[in-house]
Amino acid sequence: MKIVAICGAGVGTSGILKVNAERVLDRLGIDAEVTASDVASIATSAAQAQVILTSPELVDKIGKTFADIVVIENYFDLEELERKLDKALG
Amino acid sequence: MTLPPLPNSAIALGQSAADWREAIRLAGAALVDSGVADASYTDRMVDVIEEFGAYIVIAPGLALAHARPGNDVHREGLAVVTLATPVPFGHPHNDPVSVILGLAVTTPESHVTSVAALANVFNDASAIPAVAAATTPDAVRAVLGATEEAAA
Repeated sequence: MKIVAICGAGVGTSGILKVNAERVLDRLGIDAEVTASDVASIATSAAQAQVILTSPELVDKIGKTFADIVVIENYFDLEELERKLDKALG
Repeated sequence: MTLPPLPNSAIALGQSAADWREAIRLAGAALVDSGVADASYTDRMVDVIEEFGAYIVIAPGLALAHARPGNDVHREGLAVVTLATPVPFGHPHNDPVSVILGLAVTTPESHVTSVAALANVFNDASAIPAVAAATTPDAVRAVLGATEEAAA
């Protein structure tokens, strides 16, 4: 299982998503590798990913992908992350 | 997992900004004042939003202003700006913004430690209102668990 957290610059916000997604996956008992990346390199970084985590503002910039796109509104709300990841992966 | 030090020069409370650009520039100025980055880093933080939109508003009322590492970043650093009157950034859910965190990192890898520490602080939903309401730098450092100077 591969999950990619996407932001504009590839540092900062995607890192927060990565850290919190790892916490939630741990809580859910799901074994997955989470990486942080940027919109520009998504074609390569998300090629093997099942799930893309990102912001509502960036969805339109992601383009074609076979991965499930999970949109997170509040990056610090672990309940929201858990609910949406559970739905995407369950 | 520790945050970069947060000297008084990196904290600006109760500021006024006419729009999101001014708000980002206040955070950039705090990074410049605290010796973390050059003024060009501020421009690059604005450029990120111009290019990608308000995705940096990652939680209700909070913007994490940042850009890629570059030669204009001298060391990893954090700045905290609060606004007397919140301003909209154009985010569909998390506007308006009253707390702007300015983050500068020197390598893509080094940001992970800082953001993990930020997540530890702000996963507590009371942290954003507490920073927004802070009236002294000490109060901000207390919420963030940050030190004024780097540990020797």
